[in-house]
Amino acid sequence: MNKKEYIKYAESRAKKSNCIVNCVKAFLVGGLICCIGQAFKDLYIYLEVEEETAVILEAVTLIFLAGLFTGIGWFDKIAKQAGAGTLVPITGFSNAVTSPAIEAKTEGFITGVASQMFIIAGPVIVYGTVASIIYGVIYFFIT
Amino acid sequence: MKSILRFSGVYLAETATTVGKKESEGPLSDFFDSHEEDVYFGTDSFEKAESEMVRRTLNILLGKANKKPEDISLILGGDLLNQCVATSFAVSKSQIPFLGLYGACSTIIESAIVASSFINGGLVDNAAILASSHFCTAERQYRFPLEYGSQKTPTSQNTVTGCGSYLLQNEQTSFRVREAVVGKIVDNGIKDANNMGAAMATAAVDTILRYFNESGAKPDDFDMIATGDLGIEGHEISLELLKRCGLNLGQNYTDCGMLIYDIQKQDMQAGASGCACMATVFGGYLFKRMKRNELRNVLLIGTGALLNRNSTLQNESIPSIAHLIHIVREEI
Repeated sequence: MNKKEYIKYAESRAKKSNCIVNCVKAFLVGGLICCIGQAFKDLYIYLEVEEETAVILEAVTLIFLAGLFTGIGWFDKIAKQAGAGTLVPITGFSNAVTSPAIEAKTEGFITGVASQMFIIAGPVIVYGTVASIIYGVIYFFIT
Repeated sequence: MKSILRFSGVYLAETATTVGKKESEGPLSDFFDSHEEDVYFGTDSFEKAESEMVRRTLNILLGKANKKPEDISLILGGDLLNQCVATSFAVSKSQIPFLGLYGACSTIIESAIVASSFINGGLVDNAAILASSHFCTAERQYRFPLEYGSQKTPTSQNTVTGCGSYLLQNEQTSFRVREAVVGKIVDNGIKDANNMGAAMATAAVDTILRYFNESGAKPDDFDMIATGDLGIEGHEISLELLKRCGLNLGQNYTDCGMLIYDIQKQDMQAGASGCACMATVFGGYLFKRMKRNELRNVLLIGTGALLNRNSTLQNESIPSIAHLIHIVREEI
């Protein structure tokens, strides 16, 4: 067996994650998170907050809750089951920032927390910003 | 080329093991000398925790062997942290001459081979060997932050929190270190760091084949042939590849990575890995069974995946290694 054949052999026998079960779980949990977000938005509107502000507050609430759940060690246990269900909504981004920050505390606030905080979320910020610039330029020339 | 190193006067005197919480909840719980519920081992960082764990294990070893630090000629060992700092900090106060070794998860066997060579050559009377790993430091170094919400693949393995330390000496005991095979780096092209079993299996196969071909021994001659941390995936691959090469290993062939956890109940995917996997399973479980005379003839094959974070990011394959030692119980 040469290298190529071995890689093929190893890949073919390796058990795969159960895609359908994972998708269903992710759909349900992701949907639930969105429902919770909607409930917060409705609550803020009910409390006579302007709709535009209520939308921002809704996102802030979800970010806070995801950060809190990361800190008390619940988030990774939920995410282990939910996968993309917790990753895709804004909760995933919050977790990606808070989890390395918590862990880097031992290396100090500057060289640890601050520098490690964006180790996972950094690429999203960089390429997100670049994409929005490109979009902006295209939008400028079309309109 | 000759593969087998033969030792004439090297004996295993005593072993000591410390494990973490999950390991103490597994099926081998009763065999370990001590366990700690706190992942920090009473310190304020995971790295210090690992050093504390090594320090405690070394103290247990000295206590069990009835030795003072000044009675020990040499310490050999290592861990998974960058530059092997966990071990360096741990042994710093002992003032015992120290050689740091790195063989990833094969470190305990690598240390045993080097220590046996020192003793066999008459350079030292005894040597303490050790290897440690800590789930939290390993996750930090190789994967994601602990609280990051990721999912594990079915072929991934869980790093053992623990430390195993053994005392080897030239004074006769019932447990003789008879032979060793130093592993070759085998690179089979596997790049998936979540399938280290498949990466290491071929290294284990190479070492096992070299041993059996040269020694002329048969698998049935041994009460136990144990690899280090191939996990379920790597174990099954190695079994099949050995079969294809005409070597049928039976019930006595196992892997320490499949023994330490209740894989189903503790949700451990393909099993355990880490330097401490073989170090604690042999030091705790297998050695105690040798003491009880349930096992007399044991082959240990320490397996190591020699990757680091950058090599994985640079899309390199995983060079792997497997070292072997043969320990026999002889009545004195």
